[in-house]
Amino acid sequence: MRLEAKKLGYRYANDAWLFRKFDLSLQQGETVGLVGPSGRGKTTLARILAGYDTPLEGTVMLDGQPLPKRGYHPVQLVFQHPEEAVNPRWRIGRILNEGGQPDPFLLQELGIDQGWLERWPGELSGGELQRFCVARALGPQTRFLIADEMTTMLDAVSQAQVWHSVLAIAKQRNLGLLVISHEPSLIRRLCDRVIEWESLVH
Amino acid sequence: MCKLEVENLSVSFSHYDRGLRQQMVEVIHGLSLSIKAGQIVAVVGSSGSGKSLLAHAIMGILPGNAVMAGRICYGGETLNAQRQATLRGKEMALVPQSVNYLDPLMRVGQQVRIPGADQVQAAQQRNLFERYGLEPGVEQLYPFQLSGGMARRVLLSTATLSGASLIIADEPTPGLHHEAARETLLHFRELADEGRSILLITHDIESALTVADKVAVFYAGTTVEIAAAEDFAGHGERLRHPYSRALWNALPQNQFQPIPGAQPLPGQLPDGCVFAPRCPAASAECSEIKPDMRKLRGGMVRCIHAS
Ligand SMILES: Nc1ncnc2c1ncn2[C@@H]1O[C@H](COP(=O)(O)OP(=O)(O)OP(=O)(O)O)[C@@H](O)[C@H]1O
Ligand code: SF4
Ligand SMILES: [Mg+2]
Repeated sequence: MRLEAKKLGYRYANDAWLFRKFDLSLQQGETVGLVGPSGRGKTTLARILAGYDTPLEGTVMLDGQPLPKRGYHPVQLVFQHPEEAVNPRWRIGRILNEGGQPDPFLLQELGIDQGWLERWPGELSGGELQRFCVARALGPQTRFLIADEMTTMLDAVSQAQVWHSVLAIAKQRNLGLLVISHEPSLIRRLCDRVIEWESLVH
Repeated sequence: MCKLEVENLSVSFSHYDRGLRQQMVEVIHGLSLSIKAGQIVAVVGSSGSGKSLLAHAIMGILPGNAVMAGRICYGGETLNAQRQATLRGKEMALVPQSVNYLDPLMRVGQQVRIPGADQVQAAQQRNLFERYGLEPGVEQLYPFQLSGGMARRVLLSTATLSGASLIIADEPTPGLHHEAARETLLHFRELADEGRSILLITHDIESALTVADKVAVFYAGTTVEIAAAEDFAGHGERLRHPYSRALWNALPQNQFQPIPGAQPLPGQLPDGCVFAPRCPAASAECSEIKPDMRKLRGGMVRCIHAS
């Protein structure tokens, strides 16, 4: 499977264009890094690829077809700030089940304790909450994962653990990964190739 | 004299279990830490080890169902709720971890400036924005219009402009690109050199080491080591605690080597050393004795076998 962004363009209200004629192509099974300065639209691009926002110009295609409008989205996104990605009035267990029954092996791999499922999001630390978001994004129908600063809020041991698990799952299920990060050493560890944001923005 | 002294701090939360019985769960225990004027102390460690709660305990903003014990001193005097309320935002400022702390209904420029700010302060704010790479137009924006990295720089500006002499920065740099993160830390160093104290909670150990005077390593609700910044080098041979070494070696620029298992949950701590279930150096004794913090090679460690 191939995820393709073709001539994407986006801007907020009447602000300047964040990007235009943006092309990107990601193959299943590969891990690609995307690096560049903050506030220029990397997160916006991630939201468009995962179907949260509609581009003002261009299209996102999956194997040459437009992305599905309803049902489970095959491109999943894990945000930088987990507290913004969960409903604070739902218990963790309910949030996790939003994407279908979680795989117990996955929960264990990600170091998620069953005891946390009873809690409210506000009762978990930032790093604990982020592991839930990773588990939630890795539903059985996920084909591509966009990791937008996914482990910046985790300690190094948990970061290494989460990435080793995600890479193992990606390999096993042949997922494509787009890693957005400001940390060059992490990008170097994870990615088959790296794209500079500025080289793609016109 | 120490600007801030935390002695044997514990924080517990009351929870209702399924039978609706009230239960106390201790999330921070036996935590001691001090910081002098002019120092930057980096706090690193496991996610969920109590770093943010320590920050909230010092600021006096723990949630209502939290119970605190131990002693926190500021400027040589005990910090009680009343003093915390007086000092908060003036003497002590927090850069919160969650960007949700920004007021969603207020333009950025208004929240950053102190009410009744004069021309000089307004100019300082503009300079700071420029330094952090925030364009002047950002002042007119509402928080929802900011990217994650921009929101964080706005929070930072608020704390540094407050003139506080203790700044607690809870993960100030994630989402910032390298230059902005570096600029932030260098600015902290300058503030410390003016005599302020900075508690820098961060997962970015490598960057923190470039400015910090000492490093406190947290695991499962307590400090396991206090080290000098220089002790984080090579394969961590100079570090005193096996967890500190594991943390150092897990960095992507080092070995990117995880260790198996997970940090124990609050309320379910092992009887002996909190790190014993994951420790490569654990002996039988380790699961029986709770190690105390002790002095070692100019630092502190909570491990019976450290030498
Ligand atoms: N309101 C609360 N009620 C109950 N438990 C809580 C509450 N807030 C935090 N905790 C628990 O206290 C522990 C410490 O949380 P804290 O937020 O201080 O961690 P942290 O070290 O800042 O982690 P991170 O690096 O992920 O931000 C965690 O196990 C968390 O689940
Ligand atoms: S006390 Fe024992 S288990 Fe704990 S860190 Fe030291 S060697 Fe490891
Ligand atoms: Mg925290």
